[in-house]
Amino acid sequence: MHSFFQSLLPGPIVTDGAWGTQLQAQGLAAGECPDGWNLTQPARVETVARAYVEAGSQVILTNTFGANRLRLAAHGLGDQVAAINRAGAQISRRAAGSRARVFASIGPSGRMLALGETDEAELREVFAEQANALAAEGVDALLLETFSDLNEIRPALEAAKATGLPVVVSLLFDSGSARDRTMMGTTPEQAVAALVEAGADVFGANCGRGIDGYIPICRRLRAATDRPLWIKPNAGLPELVAGRAVYRTSPEQFAARVPDLIAAGATFVGGCCGTSPAFVAAMVRRLNSEGSK
Amino acid sequence: MNDFGKLREAVLAGDSAGAVAAARLALDDGADPLDLVLNGISPAMSEVGRLFEAGDYFVPELLISARATKDVFTVIRPLLAKQGAQPTGRVVLGTVQGDLHDIGKNLVAALLEGGGFEVIDLGVNVSPEKFIAAVEGRKAQIVGLSALLTTTLPAMKSTIDAFRSAGVRDRVKVMIGGAPVTQSFADAIGADGYGENAASSVPLARRLVGL
Repeated sequence: MHSFFQSLLPGPIVTDGAWGTQLQAQGLAAGECPDGWNLTQPARVETVARAYVEAGSQVILTNTFGANRLRLAAHGLGDQVAAINRAGAQISRRAAGSRARVFASIGPSGRMLALGETDEAELREVFAEQANALAAEGVDALLLETFSDLNEIRPALEAAKATGLPVVVSLLFDSGSARDRTMMGTTPEQAVAALVEAGADVFGANCGRGIDGYIPICRRLRAATDRPLWIKPNAGLPELVAGRAVYRTSPEQFAARVPDLIAAGATFVGGCCGTSPAFVAAMVRRLNSEGSK
Repeated sequence: MNDFGKLREAVLAGDSAGAVAAARLALDDGADPLDLVLNGISPAMSEVGRLFEAGDYFVPELLISARATKDVFTVIRPLLAKQGAQPTGRVVLGTVQGDLHDIGKNLVAALLEGGGFEVIDLGVNVSPEKFIAAVEGRKAQIVGLSALLTTTLPAMKSTIDAFRSAGVRDRVKVMIGGAPVTQSFADAIGADGYGENAASSVPLARRLVGL
């Protein structure tokens, strides 16, 4: 395991929450490229980053989830990969200061290998381009998040590790009758087996479901590996109420289950879709009160 | 009488070469190409869909089965055309305005092609006007609307309303799908069909074109 994590362990470490909905609250339009805001609206992106630091996040991410060449190309920003990623890293580092670490977000390419929409060689190039730009700005670690396909993770992990930075790999388990597999049919155990071999420093899962469903997933990950675990559930599932997406889980309800998640083996705990700085604050309060027991 | 057992097995196994070989053998044996579709390919695809819904088959299995049936269609399409049989149907697909997600839509495209449909894929963030133009221009029988974001569900309603305002609502069947979509939402906005997952798009599309 990368020596970097020794300084953070044993945990638990509070990460951050959703960025998409926070950016929308700052005025990001539906269909607008969030990553592009690193260049066009950096102050608003920094507002989101600072809000998480203020709420108590010990690790914040970067607004670079979709900032790979393939996804940016769809917005006409394919030639801005380095600029967007570097700006995203700079913004988060400014906001984090000395209070929080910065893990840079790398999301899937948006192309399906199985449909022949890309190939491993292209993915290696594309992820290397993004990882190198992020690493150049001095982020603390790289996070591959919301991935479903081991065949896509492999080139991404290769590119990430080539930077020398620690790497977190987080998958989306939302399929199968028990909703414990990725879309491609991979179980937590299969993922751990493949990714330990490929050198991931931290494993985890994010998105897809609320915190209750994450407890058994976390237990299975913990049974499969001794590495630190990264968990980021959604705030439940959204409902459309009067034209707006409403997540039914409150910050307090979410935070109430965090001790169970930690007991199940989680090291890094945060939230994904539907969460906010209020969720982080509630988690911090909850963990502080647990700590004083 | 051919029961197309070998063909069905090959499709279920995602064995493209085996499926094509079984189809050719059946045809050489005198099987009717349309019969092969209705009693060979179609039940096999339905079984694949059922296995997917049961959580036993995943995306990779769906895709290799769809590729097998697509390869069989390549062989029999000219024979069907010679017989005067109509292509299964023409479907315009797109992710609605404001939404950029396309994996679900792309899976549906692959599966519908595997089911013998002609697919016109408009991509993502598609305006109602663009959907209407494609349906009219390509004389499609079905339009499929996809959305992953809860916040873009209203765009499905606006798209259907736009078809109505343009006076062409009754010329096409609308099917919708995507993670946040539900049957009750489909009913509320006047869609003709709702697919719970990518695999259900094929039997749904067949039903909508009257097969």
